[in-house]
Amino acid sequence: MRQLAQGLDRAAGVASMSGVWIVARHALQEALRRRVLLVVVVLTALFGGLYAWGCDELFQDLSGFQDNTQGLDARSLAGATIVGLAMFGGLFLGIVLATFLTAGAVRGDAERGLLQPLVVRPLTRTQYLVGRFLAAATVSAAYVLVVYFGAVLVTGWIGDFWPAHPFASGFRLAGAAVLVAALSLLGSVFLSATANGILMLMAYGMGLLAGLLGAIGDAIPSPTLQSIASTASWVLPFEALYRDALRLLVQDVPGVAGAIVQLGPLGGSHDAGPLLIPWVVLYLLLTLAAAAWAFRTRDL
Amino acid sequence: MSALALAGLRKRYGRHDALRGVDLEVGDGELVGLLGPNGAGKSTLTKIACGLVHPSEGTVEVAEPFGYLAELFRFPGWCTADEVLLLHQQLTRSPGGPAERAELLELVRLEGDAGTRVEAMSKGMQQRLGLAQAMIGSPRLLLLDEPTSALDPGGRRTVRDLLEELRRRGVAVLLNTHLLSEVEQVCDRVVIIDRGLVVAAGTPTELEGGSGVEVELADGVRSFPGATREDVPRIVADLVADGEEIYGVRVARSTLEDVYLSTVADAR
Repeated sequence: MRQLAQGLDRAAGVASMSGVWIVARHALQEALRRRVLLVVVVLTALFGGLYAWGCDELFQDLSGFQDNTQGLDARSLAGATIVGLAMFGGLFLGIVLATFLTAGAVRGDAERGLLQPLVVRPLTRTQYLVGRFLAAATVSAAYVLVVYFGAVLVTGWIGDFWPAHPFASGFRLAGAAVLVAALSLLGSVFLSATANGILMLMAYGMGLLAGLLGAIGDAIPSPTLQSIASTASWVLPFEALYRDALRLLVQDVPGVAGAIVQLGPLGGSHDAGPLLIPWVVLYLLLTLAAAAWAFRTRDL
Repeated sequence: MSALALAGLRKRYGRHDALRGVDLEVGDGELVGLLGPNGAGKSTLTKIACGLVHPSEGTVEVAEPFGYLAELFRFPGWCTADEVLLLHQQLTRSPGGPAERAELLELVRLEGDAGTRVEAMSKGMQQRLGLAQAMIGSPRLLLLDEPTSALDPGGRRTVRDLLEELRRRGVAVLLNTHLLSEVEQVCDRVVIIDRGLVVAAGTPTELEGGSGVEVELADGVRSFPGATREDVPRIVADLVADGEEIYGVRVARSTLEDVYLSTVADAR
């Protein structure tokens, strides 16, 4: 017998991982069967082809460019810039993917009647959320990594430019996509799919804007702009991860080229310090815990 | 032993009281029809019973495993009927395997549609698939919220047959519906709720009861309101003793619809 007293959620109980895997596998199957991943793969292949072509053209143009005595390393400047662009593009698409996979996970699916048959099963609501999170986080993080490492390999092969810390950069980019998946899942408890999707993309845009303001603040320098960017980085740490990934990309580029690439192209590199990774882990756990608590107390 | 026991159930949505202290029991193997006008609190009650909605007050005891068919539900369009049932088998950890899925699809007359995608099914087929899904894992209790709302007369007949089959198997059912004829035909007990309160409960026969005797005399029909079948010999004897000529006697029974309408009207 199941006893349900006031305020007691039937979902409260010892979480079994099997329910999590079933939900995660179902969500992944959905992405495959609805051809979401096929569309992503095709568009990414197109992006990769264009990127390789652009890279080839760029480094061919550089062949007539002689290093000068001002410290401008044209190869590093071009390589860091184009890989930075790929990082921006890959992360943006990964965030779109994470948002699409989670934006309607709770309220959207409940409004469509998809959720109710599932959550009355011997499956806690937390298990359901974790399953949806794992599916979205896996897909979006894997996507970001594939695009990023693809760009790194293409740039290295064509232009002989290799980032200073390719794995650390990739890890931070993937982490940014995972954070957005968790935030979007939290938003899905309260908002309809469309509203949540718009909110996530606007939050991403705000973070990007704050990062650009921070880069300007560093260049001028302006403590106010730096403070705005710093606050935004802690509130929206996926932006801090992106800027930290850029920092790791260009950290070893010397001289004038180094100074230029640290400013851009889309958000300047920024060292968030040693607390960034612990804060990201805590932020992720808090976000998921908040989503689980809100979902548990919600009437469907 | 109860398959479902609700005690002192209250649910408030802001200032609106959807349920105002409902007690309801469904015994093992019992089919209980839940009737009431729109907004009476039937769906809220069913959702509380299956854990989708949290009660403001009161307790709920539900036999496990139970199955639930929501009033408004949807399965992923990309899934086939067999995949929907497989997913629910996995979630309920049902050991039934392909045999259980095939049996349930046959029970809801979808035996030829195991490989049909949900998006290619009519609404009625999806509702029958929903019923099959609710029965995964051999539940002790089924909570059915308007299971025939999208069905044509043939589909409704299928559901009635299914309810009879569930009775045969000893599965308890709480059937939330507007179709009084279904309740009359298949339910052991009827509970009528209005404005969040139980306003009548009993077997269909108890609720329908007798509503009078009509005797056709030479000068017209004479009514004896409140009289029952057992009163007929005495009434006839009295009338004959008074010199009346009797041409016919009819025991008038109220239908469940009459009872429902008068109960709900009285409650308002």
